[in-house]
Amino acid sequence: MQFMLLFSRQGKLRLQKWYVPLSDKEKKKITRELVQTVLARKPKMCSFLEWRDLKVVYKRYASLYFCCAIENQDNELITLEIIHRYVELLDKYFGSVCELDIIFNFEKAYFILDEFLLGGEAQDTSKKNVLKAIEQADLLQENRPRQFFFLSAQLTTEKPL
Amino acid sequence: MPAPIRLRELIRTIRTARTQAEEREMIQKECAAIRSSFREEDNTYRCRNVAKLLYMHMLGYPAHFGQLECLKLIASQKFTDKRIGYLGAMLLLDERQDVHLLMTNCIKNDLNHSTQYVQGLALCTLGCMGSSEMCRDLAGEVEKLLKTSNSYLRKKAALCAVHVIRKVPELMEMFLPATKNLLSEKNHGVLHTSVVLLTEMCERSPDMLLHFRKLVPQLVRILKNLIMSGYSPEHDVSGISDPFLQVRILRLLRILGRSDDDSSEAMNDILAQVATNTETSKNVGNAILYETVLTIMDIKSESGLRVLAINILGRFLLNNDKNIRYVALTSLLKTVQTDHNAVQRHRSTIVDCLKDLDVSIKRRAMELSFALVNGNNIRGMMKELLYFLDSCDPEFKADCASGVFLAAEKYAPSKRWHIDTIMRVLTTAGSYVRDDSVPNLIQLITNSVEMHAYTVQRLYKALLDDISQQPLVQVSSWCIGEYGDLLVSGQCEEEEPIQDEVLDVLEGLLVSNLSTPVTRGYSLTAIMKLSTRFSSVNRIKKVVSIYGSSIDVELQQRAVEYNALFKKYDHMSTVVLSKSSLFYRFNLHVLYYLVSLLFQANDLLDLLGGNDVVPVIQTTLPTKPASAGGELLDLLGDLSLSTYSKNGLKIEFTFERANPNPNIAVITIHATNTTEADMTEFVFQAAVPKTFQLQLLSPSSNIVPALNQGSVTQVIRVLNPQKQQLRMRVKLTYTHKGSPVQDLAEVNNFPPQSWQ
Repeated sequence: MQFMLLFSRQGKLRLQKWYVPLSDKEKKKITRELVQTVLARKPKMCSFLEWRDLKVVYKRYASLYFCCAIENQDNELITLEIIHRYVELLDKYFGSVCELDIIFNFEKAYFILDEFLLGGEAQDTSKKNVLKAIEQADLLQENRPRQFFFLSAQLTTEKPL
Repeated sequence: MPAPIRLRELIRTIRTARTQAEEREMIQKECAAIRSSFREEDNTYRCRNVAKLLYMHMLGYPAHFGQLECLKLIASQKFTDKRIGYLGAMLLLDERQDVHLLMTNCIKNDLNHSTQYVQGLALCTLGCMGSSEMCRDLAGEVEKLLKTSNSYLRKKAALCAVHVIRKVPELMEMFLPATKNLLSEKNHGVLHTSVVLLTEMCERSPDMLLHFRKLVPQLVRILKNLIMSGYSPEHDVSGISDPFLQVRILRLLRILGRSDDDSSEAMNDILAQVATNTETSKNVGNAILYETVLTIMDIKSESGLRVLAINILGRFLLNNDKNIRYVALTSLLKTVQTDHNAVQRHRSTIVDCLKDLDVSIKRRAMELSFALVNGNNIRGMMKELLYFLDSCDPEFKADCASGVFLAAEKYAPSKRWHIDTIMRVLTTAGSYVRDDSVPNLIQLITNSVEMHAYTVQRLYKALLDDISQQPLVQVSSWCIGEYGDLLVSGQCEEEEPIQDEVLDVLEGLLVSNLSTPVTRGYSLTAIMKLSTRFSSVNRIKKVVSIYGSSIDVELQQRAVEYNALFKKYDHMSTVVLSKSSLFYRFNLHVLYYLVSLLFQANDLLDLLGGNDVVPVIQTTLPTKPASAGGELLDLLGDLSLSTYSKNGLKIEFTFERANPNPNIAVITIHATNTTEADMTEFVFQAAVPKTFQLQLLSPSSNIVPALNQGSVTQVIRVLNPQKQQLRMRVKLTYTHKGSPVQDLAEVNNFPPQSWQ
């Protein structure tokens, strides 16, 4: 995988993960063009398109588009499964995830993605293992996670994000 | 100083902005606060500030001033700091920045951290954006972690190694020992990432490929276990056990089996098993089948397996899921050359896909359809493809039209069908055909001699219906100009137009707003050509002279030259405008150029196309005693010059003085042929320097008969008012034994009597 983009139906970027080295300018250009191309697609069209010399796989979940650019030898259909697996992980973590969760907790969305994919490839094919690792890492955080903040506001001198 | 606002608070605030300007203001304010916080080296809130910066960066605002702060976070002891710091590094830093190298030491330390989650962060960052220098420095650490028994770290190290190898291929060797027992792991994560690592190594190095071929039995075993084993909740996706791992193994098998008979044989059974047993109701099953098909087609599989694979693709084509149809068409396109017959069996399904709603599917179906056209199915296929051409989106029309032309050229069952097909394309997608189609079509029509009447009639009718599609109009005009005589001479099957009607149509093109300048050029030339085929020459002369003052410079110039043709060189016009095959090979511009040059009698070199070095033919003069003026005429009457003798073709010049004008020399060329084959389509061209004027009359014939059984004669009149030394350049073209021959020669040694 070369990169993954998450964006809303209005074209606002919610997450960008790049696995190839590109300048900020290039990234912006690619993002802009690809977002435009994908948003222009009609619902009856298939999830794959050729764009520049890459294959692009995208799928819409509610108000969010998940868009991956893969190489020629990569399997488009399994990429759809990868996207779906990521959505499932988000869903499990946030409990019925919606776009707002990803907006307000974007750094967590990244942490989950980085626990699932590394260098564009899946590290672990077990949903359970990925979620467990995230959970453990969260516990290591010196600040308390949001849901505990109100209960234990003074328990630590570390400041939450 | 109050605590900097929290991340979620900032996000909430920014989202309340109603305009872009309002948002920008908020961002700028916050950035200023963050900047000063950074300046104060505040450790407590650095994490929060960088997180906010990352959010603003995602909105598109610059955040480079946070790069160093990320490094500080990474170096911190706190896990929260490291987490955000590494994230920031991955988002804000890349290998172009010098700053990123400063990370190397931190990463090195973190790779050896006591907490595996910290090690994980480091591995992830390195594997995502490590530069070549960083990879070089840290490869050893990665290699160490690849050998650990901790599967959490081992799987990450494997993918990190993939990245290192991509960045620094020479380091591949160093990971070889660690790969020894990677596949014996039970942990699926490690298995999956190991297969990815092995794939990368095999793809990059033929030696590695050879080395790892022995893993085929083990891979086959693992795959078999996945399929045969019972339900495993941890890795199950819609009833299939770890599809991700299955797909990866199939891909590695593909690489290992490619061009190796033994390996291919060893995997035959498992491939057949996967192909027949995989559940196809969901995407995940089809993903595995897809990978299996790709593997079967790429290795040296037995034919039964290949047919099985193509049939799977055929079934895919009938699937409701358009994604499946799409990959089927893509795969079929790859195999259509090698397994042509097998793919042919699915032709009708493929043709049905032309009617699909999805653009990508339509395009692939079109490409595949063209690949499947052959002599047997041309009629049926063309019907479908022409129907497609009628109804498809504009973005397809050009490619489809080209494809139709190509297929028609290759497999046309008859000339009439061919012309009809071309007509259909021109009338339905005429504005989309490529520019080069017009001359190609003209060439094609020229060569179909027996179809000329039919073609010109049909094109004329098409022109009556619609003059908006330029390529159609151009080809039609050209045809009418060329074969107008056939159009009105009673050879047509249906009601034929009269000359004036035809001229009406062509004149209509000249004045129409729809016609492009190129089209106008075609129609003017066509009108001009009809002057030698039609009897209404006066009308044509009138039209041509009108356009002598046209605003369009091209048109004006043509008209003026054509006018001159009328006035001065009646004979010339027959030569220039006659059905000589030579002129068909020129496009109109060159034709026009030639005509204008003949009038202006330009420099010798130009006429015959450039700076070729021309062999100068030394001629031996017949010696005649000089005598007093009065006998000059007699002398000249006998004068002849053998100008050219090559490859059996001999050309002789004989000279006379023209009466009453003594400035005009009349030269007759005699061409004879000593070879045993006729020289057909013989054309003689001549050019003279500026101060002369040349007129070529019609030749006696175009065929120089073999074995001197006859000769071709042609009269050249040379006007030499300045009494200069006559020089002439000559170009000869003819067809001999089926091949075209062309030659250039210069004649410099005209006897003085011929021009004095």
